[in-house]
Formats: sequence, C-alpha cells, structure tokens
Amino acid sequence: MAGNDEETYTMDDMYRELIIDRYQNPLYRGVLEPNDITFEDSNPLCGDEIRIDLRVDETGNVTEAVFSGHGCAISQASADLLIESILGKSVEEVKELKKQDVLDILGIELGPVRLKCALLSLKVLKAGVYGLGEADDDLVET
Amino acid sequence: MKTLVPANVLETDRIRADFPIFTREVRPGVSLVYLDSTATTQKPNQVIDAMDAFYRRSNANIHRGIHMLAEEATQNYEEARVKVASFIGSPSPRQIIFTRNTTESINLVAFSWGRSNLNPGDTVILTEMEHHSNLVPWHILAAEKKLRLEFIPIDQNGILDLEIYQQLLTRNPKLVAFTHMSNVLGTINPAAEITHLAHAAGAIVLLDGAQSVPHFPVDVAALEIDFLAFSGHKMCGPTGIGVLYGRKELLDSMPPFLGGGDMIKRVELRSFTPNAIPYKFEAGTPAIAEAIGLGAAVDYLQDIGLQSIAAHEHMIISYALERLEEIPGVTIYGPKADQKGGVASFTLDGVHAHDIAQILDREGVAVRAGHHCAMPLHDRLQLTATARASFYLYNSVEEVDRLVNAIYKVKEVFRC
Repeated sequence: MAGNDEETYTMDDMYRELIIDRYQNPLYRGVLEPNDITFEDSNPLCGDEIRIDLRVDETGNVTEAVFSGHGCAISQASADLLIESILGKSVEEVKELKKQDVLDILGIELGPVRLKCALLSLKVLKAGVYGLGEADDDLVET
Repeated sequence: MKTLVPANVLETDRIRADFPIFTREVRPGVSLVYLDSTATTQKPNQVIDAMDAFYRRSNANIHRGIHMLAEEATQNYEEARVKVASFIGSPSPRQIIFTRNTTESINLVAFSWGRSNLNPGDTVILTEMEHHSNLVPWHILAAEKKLRLEFIPIDQNGILDLEIYQQLLTRNPKLVAFTHMSNVLGTINPAAEITHLAHAAGAIVLLDGAQSVPHFPVDVAALEIDFLAFSGHKMCGPTGIGVLYGRKELLDSMPPFLGGGDMIKRVELRSFTPNAIPYKFEAGTPAIAEAIGLGAAVDYLQDIGLQSIAAHEHMIISYALERLEEIPGVTIYGPKADQKGGVASFTLDGVHAHDIAQILDREGVAVRAGHHCAMPLHDRLQLTATARASFYLYNSVEEVDRLVNAIYKVKEVFRC
C-alpha cells in the first residue's frame, strides 16, 4: 500500500514494528512484591487490564517498575514503553506526565476508541503515584 | 480441500441497491464490508424515505390534535403498530407497546410486572448467555425484592443445558427470561420447548427477541410466550424505537412504567387514572417518525420474506464457519451452523480482538470486538474479548471471502 496515503500511513503506523515487538516481547512485564506503589485498573469496554508496580528510593526516584495484565497490542505495548520512560524519574516528574507524552513514545496517532487502550497504563500509573483510590479519566485528559 | 463457494440465496446485488450506505467507500478505494448487523443493521431507502416523508409532509404530535397533520401523524403511527402486530402474530395491535429499544422493553417488564408480582424469595430463571439488557434489570430488581436468580448453563458448544433447566424449574420460578438467539454464540434457543416447560411449572416467560425477530419468523401466538422484546434498529429500522409485546391479561393488570402525558385517562391534583393499553405504557411524546420507520422496515422485510432471509443467512454462516475453520489459530465459539443464526464470534491466537478488528477495518471489513455486552458469557468461556462477524440479508458469500483474506492480513502484521 502507498505510504503517502495519509489514512493508510496512520493505520500501518499503528502496528509498526516497535509496537508489535513490545506486545510480543515486553521488557518490563512482571510483578514486584513488595512494592512502594501499586495500582491496577481495567477498560470496561474491551476488558484490558493493567497493573503497575513501582519501587521508589528515599530521594523519590523510581528505581524499579513493571506492569502486568492483558489486552490489545496498543494497551500492552504502551504500558511497556511507558514503564521504560519513567525508570530513574522522580515521582513528581511522573505526576506531570500527559497524554501527549504517551502518544510521543508510541509515535502514532489514535482515534477516540483506541486512545483509551493507549492511555490505560498512564491512568493506572498516575492513580498510583497520586495515591488515589480510583483511577479517573481526568488523569489523562491532557 | 478448498471449500465450494455456495450461491447467494437472496439477490444481494438487488438488495444492496436499496441501502445507500453501500455506495460509500470506507476510505479511498476500499468498499464497505459491513459485518456488524448484530449491533445495528443498515437502513434501506424505504425506511429513510418513510421517515423523511413524515417530517416533510405530516409532522405533528399524535393523538388529541384536531387538525389534518395531527390526524395523519396519528394514523401513520398507529398503522406502524398494526404492521408490527401482524409481523409477530400478535392477536391485537393493542398488545404492541412502543419503547426505545429491547433494553427498555425488558426494563418495563421488570419494573412494572416484576415489582408488582415478585416477592422476596421468588425465583427468576435466566441463562448464562444473556445480553446485559436481560441481566441487569433483574439484578436491580433482585436487590430490591430479594429475589433468587438462577441461570440455565451452557455446554461447551454453547447450547443450553435443558436437563439442568428442568431441575431449576422444581424451584417454582415466577419468571423465565431468556434470549431467543445469543448475540455472541449465535445459538438459537428452543423457545417453544423452554416456554412450554416454564408454563407447566407455573412461570411467566419473557423472550428477548432482539436477535431473532429481525432474522427469522417469530410468532408469539405459536410460541405461546407472555412477553417479547425487540429493537427496531436491528431489523433495518431506525434507532430509538423498540417493541414490547405482552399477553393482554398481563398488560391490563400491570401498573404503569413511566408517568406523564398520554398514559392517563384522567388526572387530578393528587391522583390519576391510567389509560388503557398500549397507551398506559407510552408516556410522553413517543418516537413518532421512528415508529413509522419501523413500520416501513417491517414492510421491507416481509416483501423479501423472513424464510428467505433465514435461508440466506444460514447459507452464509455455514460457508463462513467452514472458511474460518481453515485459518490456523482461529477458534470459533458457539454451535455448528444448523443450530445458530448468522453470528460468528472468534479469537485468533496471539492477537487481541481489538487488534483483529482494527486491521480488518483497514481492509474495509467492519466487525465488532469486545465482550458484546455479555461479560458473564465471556467469563464462562474464559475470554476477555472476541471478534464478531455477523451477517444479514445484504451480505454475500463474496464478503465472507473478504473477511477471511483480511484475517490473513492480521496474521501477517502479527507474524502468527
């Protein structure tokens, strides 16, 4: 298919090599017990589930981070890439992460339905670092 | 061995010409293969034109109005009721209540009949394959009334276990509410047998006809069911209009569901007298144009013939199951073609249903992915999501081939 067709380009991009790779061979899949921060949530529309566990040192930096759960390639690859991006960052920096940061890491554009898949891990991560009881869509509005 | 491609039962080219949506491309150069009719069907010109003509020529509020347009609107609306009544074999149009959809019809039964007839400790029998619309209204009522909910289980082929059903019937249930055809497995349940056994045990029967009424002949008198719920938008009609059929004695004895205009005979400051059926259950200005659209959809389906539609879908689903089974890694859920309607829910090893649907969409093939509003059924099957291709009168065997080719594209992208 022609790469200059914008629609086609976006579609092909959605399943680009990096995303299929990280979906099939994630680098940060696992569970940390004990952990300093853990949170999990699901996307009721498609049943995707993500749990994220973090270990944080005394200076407030994320030293270890993993995710577990199941779901589509977009949700799982974005979780893996998001975890990679926060290692070594401070919890305060993680709190500042935005929707666009995840889309930049993924390097793709998504419609409203798949955006929920891509942002589930960010929602879980932010609910965890803010110490919230419930993950709210507002966490990933911007 | 290559599967022999069967001939289409219906003249799909001629039928497709009635549906303007099939003239569009999904994206440049990619024509639409619409395999999501279980969610909602496409609409033929006959339905669109009937609604258009109503708004352009006859629009007025119904009943009470003493002017030409009000009379035309009332007549058109009530004619739609007569058409629907004849379509499902209702003894009288007055037993046809217009609602918003199947969900509202079931809620009407739960909150009107259920609230006034069910008592703490009473048993209601449902099945493991119900859509959320035939589960949650009963969850809500069960919590309020302390009801006991029992479920007819399915076997590994997605068929209801009627032996366990008979054991459940010894609990003297007050109601058996079940789907005529599963929106996920496609299983067509033996409605007459289930109803007969329920009545013998003294229970009332509610049939969820959302997936059956559009696809094969359903006759409420022959089935002897007490309530039938279905939606207009799944049978070539518009959204926003659904139907509840009820046995007359039941409807007459039931209290109103929603209060307001049109459902009353007389109102005083502190009291009201409800109207007769069906108006007792149609509070407020109803979906007039949508009812007229549904009437046109009924005409359209009857012109083609429900038997022919059912035969066409049976041919397509038989072919689709054969073709899908050929694909390595594909698992199909539900019974064989002779026990199901035109629904094929499947998974592909190593690929989430959402990713399947996304890549099929690139090929112009529209399927649904997820739990299809049947989470308990997916739990039972130990699945989080399936991809679902569903077929209707406008689908052709050629479109099954496009589906299968697109699934091979998915396998390419996911290297599986």
